[in-house]
Amino acid sequence: MAMEITQILLAAQSADGQIRTVAEENLKQFQQQNLPLFIHSLSTELSSEHKPPESRRLAGLILKNSLDAKDAARREELTQSWVSMDPSIKSQVKESLLLTLASLVSEARHTSCQVIAKVASIEIPRREWQELIVKLLNNMTQPDSPAPLKQATLEALGYVCEEISPQDLEQEQVNAVLTAVVQGMNQMEHSSEVRLAAVKALYNALDFAQANFENETERNFIMKVVCETAMAKEPEIRQASLECLVSIASTYYGYLEPYMQTLFNLTSNAVRGDQEPIALQAIEFWSSICDEEIQIQEESEEEDTGSSPHSNFINQALPVLVPLMLETLLKQEEDQDQEDGVWNLSMAGGTCLGLIARTVGDTIVPLVMPFVESNITKDDWRCREAATFAFGSILEGPSVKKLAPLVHSGLEFLLNAMKDHSSHVKDTTAWTLGRIFEFLHSASSEYSVLTAANLPRIIAVLLESIRDAPNVAEKVCGAIYFLAQGYEGGDSSSSLLTPYLGDIVTALLSTADRADTSNPRLRSSAYETLNELVRCSNLRETSSMVAQLLLEIMNRLSKTLELQIVSSDDREKQSDLQALLCGVLQVIIQKLSNSDETSSIINQYADQMMILFLQVFACRSSTVHEEAMLALGALAYATGPQFAKYMQEFYKYLEMGLQNFEEYQVCSISVGVVGDICRALDDKILPYCDGIVSQLLKNLSDPVLHRSVKPPIFSCFGDIALAIGEHFEKYIPYVIPMLQGAADHCSELSPDDDDMQEYGNQLRRGIFEAYSGILQGFKSSKAALMVPHANRLLKFIEAVVSDKFRDEEVTKAAVAVLGDLADALGPNTKVLLKDHTFHVELLGECIQSDNDQLKETAVWTQGMIQRVLVS
Amino acid sequence: MPQPEVRRSIKRSAVSDQQRRRELALLRQTQQRSDSQNRARRLASSVFTLSSSSSSDLILPDKGILTRAADSEEHEAHLDESVAPARELNVVQASKLKGREARQWFARQLMLPEWMIDIPPKLDRDWYVFARPAGNRCFVVSSNGTTISRLRNGSVLHHFPSSLPNGSRTRDSSGPASSYCVLDCIFHEPDQTYYVIDMVCWRDYSLYDCTAEFRFFWLNSKLAESGACNSPSTYHRYRFSVVPIYDCNQAGLHAAYSTSMPYTKDGLLFFNKHAHYQTGNTPLALVWKDNFCSQYFLDTDSQGLVPTQQQVVLEMQEDGKLTTSDDPPVEFGSLEVDFIQKSEFRAGNLLRFAIKDESVRVVDGKLEIGDLQFISKSNRARAFADSYSKVFFQYAARHSPLKIEDIAASILPNLPDDSPIVDVEMGS
Repeated sequence: MAMEITQILLAAQSADGQIRTVAEENLKQFQQQNLPLFIHSLSTELSSEHKPPESRRLAGLILKNSLDAKDAARREELTQSWVSMDPSIKSQVKESLLLTLASLVSEARHTSCQVIAKVASIEIPRREWQELIVKLLNNMTQPDSPAPLKQATLEALGYVCEEISPQDLEQEQVNAVLTAVVQGMNQMEHSSEVRLAAVKALYNALDFAQANFENETERNFIMKVVCETAMAKEPEIRQASLECLVSIASTYYGYLEPYMQTLFNLTSNAVRGDQEPIALQAIEFWSSICDEEIQIQEESEEEDTGSSPHSNFINQALPVLVPLMLETLLKQEEDQDQEDGVWNLSMAGGTCLGLIARTVGDTIVPLVMPFVESNITKDDWRCREAATFAFGSILEGPSVKKLAPLVHSGLEFLLNAMKDHSSHVKDTTAWTLGRIFEFLHSASSEYSVLTAANLPRIIAVLLESIRDAPNVAEKVCGAIYFLAQGYEGGDSSSSLLTPYLGDIVTALLSTADRADTSNPRLRSSAYETLNELVRCSNLRETSSMVAQLLLEIMNRLSKTLELQIVSSDDREKQSDLQALLCGVLQVIIQKLSNSDETSSIINQYADQMMILFLQVFACRSSTVHEEAMLALGALAYATGPQFAKYMQEFYKYLEMGLQNFEEYQVCSISVGVVGDICRALDDKILPYCDGIVSQLLKNLSDPVLHRSVKPPIFSCFGDIALAIGEHFEKYIPYVIPMLQGAADHCSELSPDDDDMQEYGNQLRRGIFEAYSGILQGFKSSKAALMVPHANRLLKFIEAVVSDKFRDEEVTKAAVAVLGDLADALGPNTKVLLKDHTFHVELLGECIQSDNDQLKETAVWTQGMIQRVLVS
Repeated sequence: MPQPEVRRSIKRSAVSDQQRRRELALLRQTQQRSDSQNRARRLASSVFTLSSSSSSDLILPDKGILTRAADSEEHEAHLDESVAPARELNVVQASKLKGREARQWFARQLMLPEWMIDIPPKLDRDWYVFARPAGNRCFVVSSNGTTISRLRNGSVLHHFPSSLPNGSRTRDSSGPASSYCVLDCIFHEPDQTYYVIDMVCWRDYSLYDCTAEFRFFWLNSKLAESGACNSPSTYHRYRFSVVPIYDCNQAGLHAAYSTSMPYTKDGLLFFNKHAHYQTGNTPLALVWKDNFCSQYFLDTDSQGLVPTQQQVVLEMQEDGKLTTSDDPPVEFGSLEVDFIQKSEFRAGNLLRFAIKDESVRVVDGKLEIGDLQFISKSNRARAFADSYSKVFFQYAARHSPLKIEDIAASILPNLPDDSPIVDVEMGS
């Protein structure tokens, strides 16, 4: 009954565009008209050995895409249509897929594995297709199974494990899968293809192996086999095995003690002698161990109890591990500074060394310094660069006290090294200076390495080197970034940096203009460093300079509007540049609006800026420029009520931003900007509220919208309510059910999942802020409207308060809304507050808090409640 | 098989400035949201101490449901001061309010003169008179390095630097940084000048409880010292000026009425010398106009024309009664339930009506209106209904106005000091 679709599938891959389009259209129609038959036909095509490999491959691919999609809503839709399909069709399809595993055509086998995993991802969590695992395992245990079938079976097992989660399988099934996989790795019995497939399957199955790792015998067996395959003669198998070891390092850190000596030998051999991809994995193994130990240390610092056991692997291995990593630093590539994100032995080794320093602290210093001292003056640039890189890598972790003397005595040397013959050395030296400023320079620290005496020399070197090669200049920008940062929040009367700011700004602006590189990174580093400079500057001393910069950036932004746009590439470049410039404007606006004296500067240029932002928005037709939106929010708050005159023009872009589900960051920022506008305009925002509120409600009901946008939407309702007061009345019938639904949803979130816990806290806070805004907004005239909802709100507050996972911000919002309830509804809440006495303990607790804001809010709320109770 | 995520190289900065900008923007918004909400809360907690009992009804109109301010005042005494946060909201705190709360607060801070519908006794001995400059009444607060003027409805007119105490960010400003001042002014458009008609606070010194006599003395001596009367400059955007204030004797009345002033006149203001600065309507300050000294003798409608029928703006109460802004309110009629339901008006709405002359009667000196004809909802900018005295004055103005001669006659120089003045009955 399957349709014959071979010709269409081949046509869909034709070189002739017209034929291809027609074929694609045919396939689409077929899919829409009769999905079961379409799927059945595809699976038949895939499993038919006499069909051409090309049509079989495409059939499998389309089949896969009929079961899964990146977009969550689309994926759910596809899942539902599969679930509701005629069972007889589904079992025929699955039969065909399993049959294909034995195909002689490797492409067909491979595609079939992927489709099997997709079907499994739908059915196994629903406790369907339970025979899949048994059938796959049969392929492994049948004595006459051909090698290709075994290879495909292992591949399928791996993909299935990747698609489902451990709780979807019974322990027996897990045991059987692991047994089959580990046996498949055995080199005596199997071809290298089968063994490679087995190792890759193990990688995906590791998450399922908790119980097996807890059992010493089974753990020993797994580790023995993995370590053996890590020394296999085939490089692909060695690499895949090391990837398994990296994963084991983080998943099963606590069980590794007995194997560490073996693992050190194995990985150090790989680092020293194996091919680069394998050596990189070996270094990654140690970086992962560092990650684990750093995390354990951080946990034990945060809380006194409950942290995982620390095995001190890094400390124990330190005398041999540090030299191993130092060796890798000498294996630089000639052109490594020219590429973004280059990853080679030297980079991986330096990164690992940095992690080791963060793990062990001071003890690394004496192990690294001899290497630095003996290499830094050698003739070979590799030695000088490696020495500098080693020094720069260990600047985070050891104490400032330990490092400061070294930096003091080495600083002049480093400054001179900015004139080294080698660009590599200069690149790494500038980066090291940046690290020094980042970790050892703070205006408020007693060990700060920057002094009034050495600052002029440092600035002079940086401003000269910023004109060096683009990669060096970029690192210099980074150094200036941290240099400025260190002066933030120091003595407020004056900043040591102020006298140099003019020259630095000029240098950064001309760096942003440099035409000698096509790499956009230098330009963005220059502008972003400018941002930090503005943020950290002492406004009292620099307001006129910042105002001048504002004009310059506005000028630059207006020039982007005149750029010739021919291609989409031009458009993208224009957009990127606008993003950087809007970013600077945002930072300047935010800085200047910090004081009344300087906020008048913003008001002076508000019209011009607004025109520019609107023009930037107009450069794109379908999406809203995120950075312009951020800048606009800052402008709205800074200008206050006079922002009203821009609203009519701006509103369409705001709406576009609120509708942008795809780029949820843009949506989220637009929601935040609504809040800014509310606070700027107060009830002048009223004419736009119908549109905004209905869009926000639509967003909340949409399953596609990224969940992180939802809590800000609730807070935004509060902002609107506070701004328009009694006029919020008409939205109550829509907003309150949303708030109540979300409150119910909070109790359904899994407390075991950290992400969900975090999300739950954000959601609770958003809901409370919404209620607070509504209650305060209604207080003077419409409070009665909230009386019917008071009981439910109070119950929700009580439920949240009893949740031990609530964070302090949630507590504060809960306490505040409790006070708002009493404040706005007055004696109406008397009976409720007498019935729900949880507030007595809660407030008592909060008043003892060290958090002043929480304390203040609690005191206020207590006053409000007492007022009601004595009324 | 997915490749493990590539580890970020130590040489690549982990800091994304874009992410930082997002986070800082979020932080700013969170902080500002919290500030806004706290402002709403602090206002709430101080409502009963900062306003007179009359304004409590404006804040809590729904008496059936909400706490009366009077009750709260009683209960406040029971609250332990260490538990309850500071409830006092002074002008400086209030000047940190924003938006609606600020408008609501400031709308209640001005002393509002009643319209002169009869002549008070002892005018010459107990009262001042001066020509009211034409323009908007404003409440001007200088504090924290800036100056803000707000209109009668509480909305901001100007936000500007001035030479008033702490009214701009000049380094040489004398006095402590926390210093502030509050003035009652009229902004006169043609010469862009704030004419100060009363001084409420000066350099932290509250003049609320001082007599007008003292306030005017203080005003005349202090304002000029501050440099506020100087011509505009960078740190002093608008000129301030005092108005000539006269004892309300024959000469003073004549001077106020007939002498040409540097500003356009809009009627005369009479202030009782012994009265304190009292927010809201007060009979101890009076406004009077005629066609000679004011372009705004008869009320105009929204087009600026004098309507053929007198119009009034009244506030609709819960039960449909239409009242003035006085305390206690004076009722001039009521709306029918059907009409209210159809119109969707709510308690507190300000509505404009026309009055049929023939339906108005004065009984025992009280004005009664028989027939109110609904015109429209009033302009949103308006914060209060008309006062009884204004309605009466406007009615009289159309029929038998109180003339300058009448006022002058009441202060004949030979009039014995303690002889009672016969009230001039309007419309009789």
